[in-house]
Amino acid sequence: MDNFNYHRPSKPADAAKAMKKAKDGKFMSGGMTLLPTMKQGLASPTDIIDLGGLKNSGVTAAAAKVVVKAGTVHADVASDKGVKKAIPALAKLASGIGDPHVRNRGTIGGSIANNDPAADYPAAVVGLGATVQTSARKIPGDKFFTGMFETALKSDEIVSAVEFPVPKRAAYVKFPNPASRYAMVGVMVAELKDGSVRVAVTGAGPKVFRVPEMEKALQAKFSADAIAGIQVKAKGLNSDIHASPEYRAHLVNVLARRAVAAAK
Amino acid sequence: MSDTGIGARVKRKEDHRFITGKGQYTDDINLKDQTYAYFVRSPYAHATIKSIKIPKWKPEDGVVGVFTGDHVAEDKIGGLICGWMIHSKDGSPMKAGPHPILAQGKVRYVGDHVAVVVAESKEQAKAAAARINVSYGELPHVVDAAKAAKSAAQIHDVAPNNTVFEWSLGDKTATDAAFSRAHHVTKLDIVNNRLIPNAMEPRAAIGSWDAGNDHYTLYTTSQNPHVARLVISAFHGLAPEHKLRVIAPDVGGGFGSKIFIYAEEVVCVWASKRIGGRPIKWTAERTESFLADAHGRDHVTHAELAMDAQGRILGLKCHTIAGMGAYLSTFASCVPTYLYATLLSGQYAIPAIYAEVDAVYTNTAPVDAYRGAGRPEATYVVERIVETAAREMKIDPAEFRRRNFVKSFPHQTPVIMTYDAGDYDASLEKALEIADYRGFAQRKAAAAKKGKLRGIGFANYIEACGIAPSAAVGSLGAGVGLWESAEVRVNPVGTVEILTGSHSHGQGHETTFAQLVSDRLGVDINTVSIVHGDTDKVQFGMGTYGSRSGAVGMTAIAKALDKVEAKAKKVAAHVMEAAEGDIEFKNGTFSVKGTDKKMAFGEVALAAYVAHKFPTSEIEPGLKESAFHDPTNFTFPAGCHICEVEIDRDTGVTEIVNWTAVDDFGTVINPMIVEGQVHGGITQGVGQALTEGCVYDPDSGQLITGSYMDYCMPRASDVPSFKLDFTETKCPSNPLGMKGCGEAGAIAAPAAVMNAVTDALGVRDLPMPASPHTVWKALHATKMAAE
Ligand SMILES: Cc1cc2nc3c(=O)[nH]c(=O)nc-3n(C[C@H](O)[C@H](O)[C@H](O)COP(=O)(O)OP(=O)(O)OC[C@H]3O[C@@H](n4cnc5c(N)ncnc54)[C@H](O)[C@@H]3O)c2cc1C
Repeated sequence: MDNFNYHRPSKPADAAKAMKKAKDGKFMSGGMTLLPTMKQGLASPTDIIDLGGLKNSGVTAAAAKVVVKAGTVHADVASDKGVKKAIPALAKLASGIGDPHVRNRGTIGGSIANNDPAADYPAAVVGLGATVQTSARKIPGDKFFTGMFETALKSDEIVSAVEFPVPKRAAYVKFPNPASRYAMVGVMVAELKDGSVRVAVTGAGPKVFRVPEMEKALQAKFSADAIAGIQVKAKGLNSDIHASPEYRAHLVNVLARRAVAAAK
Repeated sequence: MSDTGIGARVKRKEDHRFITGKGQYTDDINLKDQTYAYFVRSPYAHATIKSIKIPKWKPEDGVVGVFTGDHVAEDKIGGLICGWMIHSKDGSPMKAGPHPILAQGKVRYVGDHVAVVVAESKEQAKAAAARINVSYGELPHVVDAAKAAKSAAQIHDVAPNNTVFEWSLGDKTATDAAFSRAHHVTKLDIVNNRLIPNAMEPRAAIGSWDAGNDHYTLYTTSQNPHVARLVISAFHGLAPEHKLRVIAPDVGGGFGSKIFIYAEEVVCVWASKRIGGRPIKWTAERTESFLADAHGRDHVTHAELAMDAQGRILGLKCHTIAGMGAYLSTFASCVPTYLYATLLSGQYAIPAIYAEVDAVYTNTAPVDAYRGAGRPEATYVVERIVETAAREMKIDPAEFRRRNFVKSFPHQTPVIMTYDAGDYDASLEKALEIADYRGFAQRKAAAAKKGKLRGIGFANYIEACGIAPSAAVGSLGAGVGLWESAEVRVNPVGTVEILTGSHSHGQGHETTFAQLVSDRLGVDINTVSIVHGDTDKVQFGMGTYGSRSGAVGMTAIAKALDKVEAKAKKVAAHVMEAAEGDIEFKNGTFSVKGTDKKMAFGEVALAAYVAHKFPTSEIEPGLKESAFHDPTNFTFPAGCHICEVEIDRDTGVTEIVNWTAVDDFGTVINPMIVEGQVHGGITQGVGQALTEGCVYDPDSGQLITGSYMDYCMPRASDVPSFKLDFTETKCPSNPLGMKGCGEAGAIAAPAAVMNAVTDALGVRDLPMPASPHTVWKALHATKMAAE
């Protein structure tokens, strides 16, 4: 790991300022992704701007929406009573990320800003129709994830919170990569309060995506049988030693059916 | 049985130290003025080194020295050796290419050691290494053992077609004749997947040179420090043995991978003199462990089994291509030959066997012994083909095995080994009962109702442990004898120190060896300490591998204990003024037959040291004895493992739902420790079968499974709660009757799992690891074929 300048601002404006001044700055939340990449020499920022000083963590769960501040660690989302009651699917998703160390350091803001194609949270953001609140604006979940490891964030823009509307019912089912335990495929299925249905898939493609055919079928009839025959196309899905695109496409259907059956 | 003697479930004495973080591993040790090494490694699978450009360092770079193959040549430091000579069928010796401790002119795998940077700190060494500019000329490479002989890559000049040897064992004519009489022949092509060992503690070394005495010390993560000293002295030519001390302190797991002498440790101890004697520490990063620890397995095999109409085996033929990696590691050559083909008879009376093994170089990390070493590969061949034959002949697989078991002992197989004792029916019958074999059909039907495919698989393994009779292995090409030595030092107060050439790196010797002493001398287990892992303390030793520490190491201790007892009796006789023949020793007390005169063991020890009451011209003062033990035969642990799986048709996920293991290890010193060894071994074997597999990219030669992101170790949740039991036939070749238990689980498990998985799926074979993806592909192919 190369040397870098370390900043720990306590106000978002100072964080943005530090980022503007830096030659090649990086925000850091839990550091669970950033630090390993720096250790491997895959990233060597000149400046680390530690967002921990912003003290921006915590969850508020109300009847209509759950707001998770960007600095909230996965373990806190997983164990929050309000989240468990309002959106159990979200608590379950958070409880299945990595291991206890990762869950007690890694944050929702860092996870979605990083947008790893195999990360879990993007399925929740898109699948539950969430909105990402940043230091500058509100970005609809559907528009936030733009490509593999790419988001709509500007270089000095900081994620400040994610707002999840409370659905009528939802479930997240993950097929972990046998080695890394990231999502080889993860599917969030949600029936929102307005009756619309969302099916969001992470892990399978270069970024999280929705499956409109399934959503339509489920809107007509919210049951696993309704989507039994709907297969996503294998073409364009991820391929590695753990799973071919065909296998991932197959798993999308299996997990979606299981999620529908489990939705509550 | 006393509560700390042989057979007692004594809690491990060493565990308190380990679980409270008080262990002293090599990386925990820091010497005065210590520097740090970082290795520049090859990013290419196969390339010439055109030039190495070393920048001009500034003081703030902290660089103490940079060394390359040129420096190694200048100091005439010898290369790494392979200590077991194998001859090809045509009589020619194996083709061992040079293996310098720092590359000379060429690199042969990704991770090959090119140069070393020694600096004031680890960070500085690593940063400086990144600034060394090595220019490479890429050469064609090959990573697949099956393709090596016909590849365009020429890895070592001495080895045309990348072939190390073409070896055979058994009688070809007799085997062909057996096949010509066959009623049925079963054929199977199988691959034994390459594995990466993954000891919890990465390899590490600290080398230092003492200018005052021209003496070297090496701390290293070794399973056999004396062998390391011998090799570094005799072959690398660094220093004579009395000028080199090797210490292997606490070692956090080895599984074979720490038997070998590696370049990094030799470099650290050699380069210390180059920098004026400051100690040099190197600790592998986990990435380096993946790249540069010796890997295991990597066999591609075609096997055929001939049967008569009753399903009695007439003969076995097999041809194996064994990947050796880019260089021959320390014991690499004996693994796919004498540790493999000699076990191809399994538990069966097979009249004729013929095995051919072609060993090939590939542009990959060297391959050597890994838990089981050759015996898991043999068991996999035998147990997979026996199972397949039973299915093809529509004979119940348990019955098929029963019909073919060796029933009388000693039994001479057609492949060298003489099995001395065993009862294979007993372990099978006990296992069938525990596993409720009769209820399987019902369980399968119940699983089908849940949409699950249930399968059952056997592995009736045998292994050769207690390695090994020196003359026997010598005649087969071994460069060393495989005896063990021990010394028993009784202190004047009656406490006991055992110095052993065995090395504990997880096995629990501090407990089991002390149990033997407690049993024999009747002393409290806490008054016994076990000293090992230091060439300055222990006279000599061959180390720990091949499940030899019990059968060979403890027998050496037992022999030394016999001598201690004999001498103590003499002392006691004098002190108690009785005839030596009237002295009895029981439960730690010496007594005079027919009288009430007695002395405790500690009193006799004190008397031996005080030496007031016996003629020192006849009896030397003190109580300390040593012994060497060379076994007369291998030992043959064997058993029956039965695995039951359920497969999720939708996802291809295999769940192991039941595991029964009935093992015959002869005498069991500590059932709790033995069960732990079996649990760990099975889990490692389940890893090979379901999760682990080393993958190199054929196009680039890069290691794809180079971290835990892609290399999948088994987890606790991957295994069920095991049902273990034992049968016992004593081993006749050692006085304790022990056979060894360290590798059994890893030997039995892969075949048991894969027999169960193929049974569930109704397929002949499936490559390991049977990952969800692999299983799903098989299910998908079956489905497509049905449609
Ligand atoms: C062993 C291991 C296993 C894991 N398993 C999983 C898994 O199963 N599922 C899963 O989803 N994830 C997994 N992760 C990733 C984990 O969830 C990380 O916590 C997460 O990806 C990054 O969060 P962080 O807070 O640590 O971010 P950091 O590492 O601090 O930052 C990550 C990136 O986001 C940027 N960033 C951070 N915070 C902000 C912000 N507020 N605004 C803008 N940009 C920001 C940083 O600049 C950086 O580029 C795993 C990680 C590890 C180490």
